[in-house]
Amino acid sequence: MPQTRPDPGVLEAWQDPDARPFLEIRKITKIFGDRTYAVDDVSLNIFKGEFFSLLGASGCGKSTLLRMLAGLERSTQGQILIEGQDITRMPPYERPVNMMFQSYALFPHMTVEQNVAFGLKQERLSAQAIRTRVGEMLELVHMSEYARRRPDQLSGGQRQRVALARSLAKQPKLLLLDEPLAALDRKLRERTQFELVNIQERVGTTFIMVTHDQEEAMTMSSRLAVMDAGRILQVGTPSEIYEYPGSRFVAEFIGAVNLLEGRVVGSEDDRVIIQTEAAAGDIALYHAHPLAIGTPVAVALRPEKLRLLEGPPADDRNWVRGKVREIGYLGDVSVYHVETEQGMTVQVQVTNRARRTAGPLTWDDTVHLGWDSEAGVVLPV
Amino acid sequence: MTTGRETAATAGTSSLKRRFDRGVKSLTQGRLGQSLVIALPYAWLLLFLLLPILIVLKISLGEIALASPPYTPMLQWAEDRTLSVQIHLGNYAFLWQDPLYLSAYLNSLKVAAVSTVLCLLIGYPMAYGIARAPTGWRIVLLMLVILPFWTSFLIRVYAWIGLLQGNGLINHLLLSVGLIDQPLVLLHTNFAVYLGIVYSYLPFMILPLYATLVRMDLTLLEAAADLGCPPWKAFVTVTLPLSMPGIIAGSLLVFIPAVGEFVIPDLLGGPDSLMIGKVLWTEFFSNRDWPVAAAVAVAMLLLILIPLLLFQRIGERETTRDRG
Repeated sequence: MPQTRPDPGVLEAWQDPDARPFLEIRKITKIFGDRTYAVDDVSLNIFKGEFFSLLGASGCGKSTLLRMLAGLERSTQGQILIEGQDITRMPPYERPVNMMFQSYALFPHMTVEQNVAFGLKQERLSAQAIRTRVGEMLELVHMSEYARRRPDQLSGGQRQRVALARSLAKQPKLLLLDEPLAALDRKLRERTQFELVNIQERVGTTFIMVTHDQEEAMTMSSRLAVMDAGRILQVGTPSEIYEYPGSRFVAEFIGAVNLLEGRVVGSEDDRVIIQTEAAAGDIALYHAHPLAIGTPVAVALRPEKLRLLEGPPADDRNWVRGKVREIGYLGDVSVYHVETEQGMTVQVQVTNRARRTAGPLTWDDTVHLGWDSEAGVVLPV
Repeated sequence: MTTGRETAATAGTSSLKRRFDRGVKSLTQGRLGQSLVIALPYAWLLLFLLLPILIVLKISLGEIALASPPYTPMLQWAEDRTLSVQIHLGNYAFLWQDPLYLSAYLNSLKVAAVSTVLCLLIGYPMAYGIARAPTGWRIVLLMLVILPFWTSFLIRVYAWIGLLQGNGLINHLLLSVGLIDQPLVLLHTNFAVYLGIVYSYLPFMILPLYATLVRMDLTLLEAAADLGCPPWKAFVTVTLPLSMPGIIAGSLLVFIPAVGEFVIPDLLGGPDSLMIGKVLWTEFFSNRDWPVAAAVAVAMLLLILIPLLLFQRIGERETTRDRG
């Protein structure tokens, strides 16, 4: 999986309280018609050189937010600033921002070359300068030999590259990508993920990508924002979002998760004790803030954080017992659906270390599952 | 997955279905069916288009005669039982020699060209407006464009006489408002001819333009704006080139019938607005000179057809060069 190389300057930008954000979104709201809040009071700071993703299901407002950044949609309220300059009311053709469209929106009556040159021609550049830049961009996306073709003579992957080259040609301060990989097949998509990250590192432009694919967002972004119903639920690095989801929605949206509901009954050196109907005994988990006794909570446990136990643990905490109902063999790992004695289905993921055709478990096996105190997250209900 | 039992069950019905499918296929895709389907419209065109043209061509190569029909036959049995073929090219030479015909042709081309440009200038914004209107409005606006077709063409042209004449509605209105103190001469002028042609043929320009404009992907304009193109420039560099097929189709639909237009110049035009359709009518009905009338018609056909074929050939060559 592609990972942005750890660059201390970039990685710490959002942690540094003095750092000046490159893009500031201040309380942006977009209302369609009378009462449809497409984007609802969103504030966000994005730093130079970031690969930022807006992640959410379709209709969550992520594309509308992106289009407001491009100037293709007018915000109802709020402000957008790039390097301190207010661009909220600036028309799209004056913004130092370019966008790669989901449909690519290549001009069908122009060749690849002319498409890439289109934006450059709008600035008064010499023909020579335009030619050089177009050559560089086509080189960057490995499309030099297709320069004279028309978009309808290209495959989907090739069109995607041309669209990328065209949007990067003007050296925008900010590149917006609207589902850039959605139209590609799986193999090509995975390869292109690496390439996009590579290109982003080379050109150093700040990228904001909209995607509904959580895997894509996780693998490519420096940070991401999870959106639902026009609001941002959580902003963080992929690992923060995955390991410390702030809400049930985020926990369920990113990756697979087991949610056990219960009630806080006490605390014990940094750990909260949760009484639950869903597990065999109490649940004890680390939690940063103390919680009042009686607070209803949900415990989020990732399938790979569960372990197979020999039997019930000595302290009778953090465990369930159940029967294997479904087995999903994925090659590197196997996923088991275990029906617990409490009547819940719990997913557990086991790495297939040894090579064998049958996994360590089979249908109707009784298993004991346990987890560590730092394995789960306590979420408000 | 299919179980063995299911395959056995479907096998019985499938042979019947296959035979039926083959029958339908042989009709729609087989050689016989295919040629039959194509042959019908071809036969129609042959009978009612090509044959009449050939007859007109034949008449144009004859001479005027006091007979019925009033021209000399092309083929004749001579007395010694030999077949004689008589071809007179005199009619065509006459067209070339008499400046009346040449000026009528040129005037027709000019009137048609100017009308086409006017139709394009008026029709493009209308088509654009309809194509960009809210979906529910489009059909209403299109209906308004097509609405005049529900009244006979001739009646609509006559209505213009009522509007344009000296004591007509327009003069009446202008006089009563006090903008003029003498009635304007509107009827029987070149202006009236242009007005009539543009009025009558505007829908033929709007409809193909609308068809191309409504299909256009609007994200292309967003992409143009995003790449730094202000709206007017995006129109010139993106919308206009992409609506070229509509512009060409609309222009041909206006230009071709306008060249041969007879009714409008006859009813609305003055004595100096001489168009080839009018000349043709005079030759045929007033002079009863069928061969010259036929020659005029053939010459007009060639005049329109040859540039059109050249145009198409160039277009084809360009597309093949692009693909190559």
